Amino acid sequence: MTREEIGNGSEDMVIDECEPEGRERNSVPDEFNANYLKVYYGKLFPHADIFKWISYGNDGKHPACDQSYFSRREFSYTLDNDIYLRYQSFNSASELENSIKEKCPFKIDIGPVYSVDPAKRHAYAQTGDNVFTPVERELVFDIDITDYDDVRYCCSGADVCLDCWPLMTVAIKVIDTSLRDDFGFNHILWVFSGRRGVHCWVCDGKARRLTNEQRASIAEYFRVYKGNENSLKKVSFTGLALHPFLARSYSEVLKDFFKSKLLLSQKLFSTEERYEKILEMIPDESITSELRGKWQENKRSSISKEDTNVVRWQQLKHILQSGRPKAQGLRRCVEEIVFSFTYPRLDMEVSKHMNHLLKAPFCVHPKTGRVCVPIDPNCCEEFDPTAVPTLSKLLEEMNMGTLRADVDNEWDRTSLGKSIRFFRSSFLQPLLKSCKEEIENSYNAKLQHSKNSMSW
Amino acid sequence: MEIYGYQRKALHSDAISTLPLYRSAPPLDVRLEDFELFAIDRLRVLKGISDGLSRGKKPEEIDNLAKDLWKANMRHPEASEVVNKDIISHFVLRLVYCRTEDLRKWFLSMETALFRYRFRLESAEAQRALMAEFDLPYKAVSNSEFESMKDNLGQVARSIGQPLTPADTKFYTVPFEEVPELVAGRRVFVHKGHAYVAMNQVVSLVATQFRSHLSKALILTNRKWTSSIREQEKDRLTPIVEALCTSYLGPDYSEPREFAEISIRDIDQIAMSSFPLCMRHLFEKLREDHHLKHGGRMQLGLFLKGVGLKLDDALAFWKAEFSQKVGAERFDKEYAYSIRHNYGREGKRTDYTPFSCQKIISSTPGVGDHHGCPYRHFSEENLRAALGKMRVNSRAVEDVMDKVRNRHYQLACTLTFEAVHGTSCDAGINHPNQYFSESQKVVQSKSHSTV
Repeated sequence: MTREEIGNGSEDMVIDECEPEGRERNSVPDEFNANYLKVYYGKLFPHADIFKWISYGNDGKHPACDQSYFSRREFSYTLDNDIYLRYQSFNSASELENSIKEKCPFKIDIGPVYSVDPAKRHAYAQTGDNVFTPVERELVFDIDITDYDDVRYCCSGADVCLDCWPLMTVAIKVIDTSLRDDFGFNHILWVFSGRRGVHCWVCDGKARRLTNEQRASIAEYFRVYKGNENSLKKVSFTGLALHPFLARSYSEVLKDFFKSKLLLSQKLFSTEERYEKILEMIPDESITSELRGKWQENKRSSISKEDTNVVRWQQLKHILQSGRPKAQGLRRCVEEIVFSFTYPRLDMEVSKHMNHLLKAPFCVHPKTGRVCVPIDPNCCEEFDPTAVPTLSKLLEEMNMGTLRADVDNEWDRTSLGKSIRFFRSSFLQPLLKSCKEEIENSYNAKLQHSKNSMSW
Repeated sequence: MEIYGYQRKALHSDAISTLPLYRSAPPLDVRLEDFELFAIDRLRVLKGISDGLSRGKKPEEIDNLAKDLWKANMRHPEASEVVNKDIISHFVLRLVYCRTEDLRKWFLSMETALFRYRFRLESAEAQRALMAEFDLPYKAVSNSEFESMKDNLGQVARSIGQPLTPADTKFYTVPFEEVPELVAGRRVFVHKGHAYVAMNQVVSLVATQFRSHLSKALILTNRKWTSSIREQEKDRLTPIVEALCTSYLGPDYSEPREFAEISIRDIDQIAMSSFPLCMRHLFEKLREDHHLKHGGRMQLGLFLKGVGLKLDDALAFWKAEFSQKVGAERFDKEYAYSIRHNYGREGKRTDYTPFSCQKIISSTPGVGDHHGCPYRHFSEENLRAALGKMRVNSRAVEDVMDKVRNRHYQLACTLTFEAVHGTSCDAGINHPNQYFSESQKVVQSKSHSTV
C-alpha cells in the first residue's frame, strides 16, 4: 500500500489506488507527521485569533496602542528533529503566520512579553537599568494527571481514561471558581494539553502584570498536597476550621466527587493494598486496627448488596466522625483523605516564574495527534479527552468538506470549528472588549494627569 | 528634619516611636570613626539575623535573636545618640550594600526582618502612624461590611489557630497582591481580588512597603555611588565602604589559645580528628606531594598558627615536607622567609590572621591549587569521596550535598562537623579555627569521660 502523499499547500490529497473493502474514500491513517502538520498549519490553525489574543488590543488604531507590544513577546518552536528555537518574535500577524507555516514546528510555546524585542536581547544587560527582562506574562497553571499516579489505579503514566480524567475536571472546577470568586479574575482560558492534563491561562491585565513573588503566593494559596514518598500524610489540616476556600471546594466539589465517583471508579477500598494506603493516613492505631479487622473478615462474605468501597468508606467515616473525643491529628481526617485523593495538584514551578514557556492552544500533541482545544469550565464534566479531534481526523473531515462551498473557513467544516468558535465567543471577544476599555481608560487618565500638571 | 522631630516628641510622649523609616539621609555630622564603627555594630545585628534565618529558625526565635542582637550592639553611651547611631549606621550600610544585586538582596532581607521585629514592638498608635507614613492602599472595613463578612473572617482566623475575640473588629482590605505572604499562607480571606487583613497582620503590609521603598532607594544609592561618591571619597570613605561587607566579625584567632597548642608530633592525628575538610585536604596534599602552592601555604599555614603551632615547630614542619621535594637548602632560601612573614617576624611585621570561611569561600583556586572551600570548589563527586573518607554517613552526606546545592557552604561544613562528632553545633561554623576548637572540645570531653 503506497503511502499517501500530500502536496505542498495543495488541498487535494493523493489517495492510494487500491482501497480495501469498506474503507472510506477520504480516510487518513492515524498518524502524526510533518506533512499532516503542514496542512493543519496551512488551513486549520487559527493564526489570526492567536495574534489578536496575544496583542491584547494593541493591534488597534487607538493612539494609546503600543505598537511594539506584540513584537516583544517570545515564542519558541520545537522542530521535527528536536531542535529547539527560543526567543522567536514577530512584528505582525502575517509574520507569525508565515513563520509557523514555513517552519512547521511540532510544538509552539508562548513565553512572556519582554522589555524589548527578544531578537535584540543581546544589546541589553541582565541587571541594572537597561535590562532585558519579562514585563508581562499571563498567570498560568499546569495540571498533569501523572501527578496523581499514586491515587489512580486505572491507568498510569501517559495513559488517561474516562475513569481518571474526572480528576482533571474537578481540578478545573476548584481552581476556576477560586480564580474568579477569590481573586477577581475574569479572562480565563482552560486548554487541554493534548494528552493527559490541562493548562490554564489567566489573561486579565492585573494577572499579566503580577510579579514572580505574587504568582508564587497564588500558587501557594492553591497548594494543599505536600510531602513525598517519605511522608505518610501528605495533606494536613491543623486549624480549628478549614479556610473558606478549602471548605467551599470540599462542600461544593470534592466531597461529592469522592463519594459518588472516585470511590467507585478507582475501587479505593477493594484490595488490601489499596485500603492500607488510606489507613496509613489515619494516625490512630486503635481505629485502623478496628477497621482492618472488619475488612479482613468481610473479604469473602458480602452480605450487603452495596458496593464494598461504599460500605467501607461509610464505616471509616462513621468511626472518624462519631462523637468520640478526637486526638489532635484526627479532627479533620476525613477531609484530609478526600483532599489527598481529589484536590488539584499543580506544578508550582510553571506558575511561579514569568519566563516559563507554556504550550500554545491549538497545537497538536505529537504523541497523540490530538489538538490542544479549549475546555469550557462551565461544562467541563462533559469534556472527553478520548474524543478530542486528532490531526488525521481533521484532515479526513477536510477531505469530505471539499464538496461543500458554503463555509468561509476551512476549520468550520471540521470538528475544530466548535473549539474555535468557543475560543472566540467565550474568551477572545470579552477579553478584547475589556482590553480596549483598559487602553482607552489609561490613555484618558494620562491625558487628564498631564492636563493637571500643566496648570500654572 | 524627621529625626529631630522624633527626638523632641520623644521627650513628651511615648506614643511616637523611635523607629525611623530611613526616608532620607540625615544632615548630621559624623566622625569618620563612628562612620565605620556604627556600621560594624549594625552589621553584627544583620549578620546575626542572617545566620538565624539560614539555620531555619522560626519567626518568634528570630524576634528574640533580633532583640538580643540589637540590645548588645546598638547601644550608645549618650541616650540621645541612640537614634542617630541607628540612622547613620543604616545609611552607611546602604552605601556598602547597594553595589551589586546579591548585596542588595541580602541587605533588603535583613533590614526588612529587623524592621518587622521592631514594628511589632510598637504601640498600636505608633503602628497606625507608621502605616500612614507609608501611604498604604488599605481601606478600613466598615462595620456593616464586617458584619456581612464576619463568618468568613472568623473561619479564616480559626483556620490559622487565632480565633477572633470580640475586640478584633478592626480589619483592612488591600488588593491581594500587596500581601503575598498572607495569601500564600491562606491567612487571609480573599474575595474578588481583595484581601481582608487583621490588625495583627498589618505588620506584613508595612514590612512589604518598607522593603519596596528600601529597594528603590538602594538602586538610587548605587547610581550615586558609581557616578560620584566612589570617586570623590576614594581616599576617605570608599576604602572603608569596600572593606565593610567582607569583614568577618567573629574572633580572629590571631592569639592562639593555650589549650590548643599543638606539637608536630601530634599533628597527623589531630588533623584526622579535628581539622575541617578544607584544612584536611591541604594537609593531606602536603603530605602526599611534599609541596603546596602559595594559596595553600597561606591558608593552611595561618590556620596552623591559629591552632597554636609555634614558629619553630612550623618551620620544622614545613621544612620536613618541602625538603623532600625541593631540598633543605632551597626551602631555607625560598620558603622559610614567608613562613616567618606569616608570623610577623619579617617585613612590615603584620601578624597575619587566619582566614575566615568567608574569605576562603571567596578565593579562586586555580590549576594545581588545593586551597579554597571544598564545599564550594570541589565537584560533587570529589566532595562525596572526601566526605566518605571522613566517614560521614550517607544520610548526612545527602544533607550536606543539599546545602551545597543551595550554596550554604558553611552550613554544609557545620553538618559535616555534626556528623563526624556526633554532636550538634548550634553556633554554625564560620571560621576553620572555630571548627578546630569546637572539635577539640568534643574530643577532649570524650576522652575525659570514663568508660
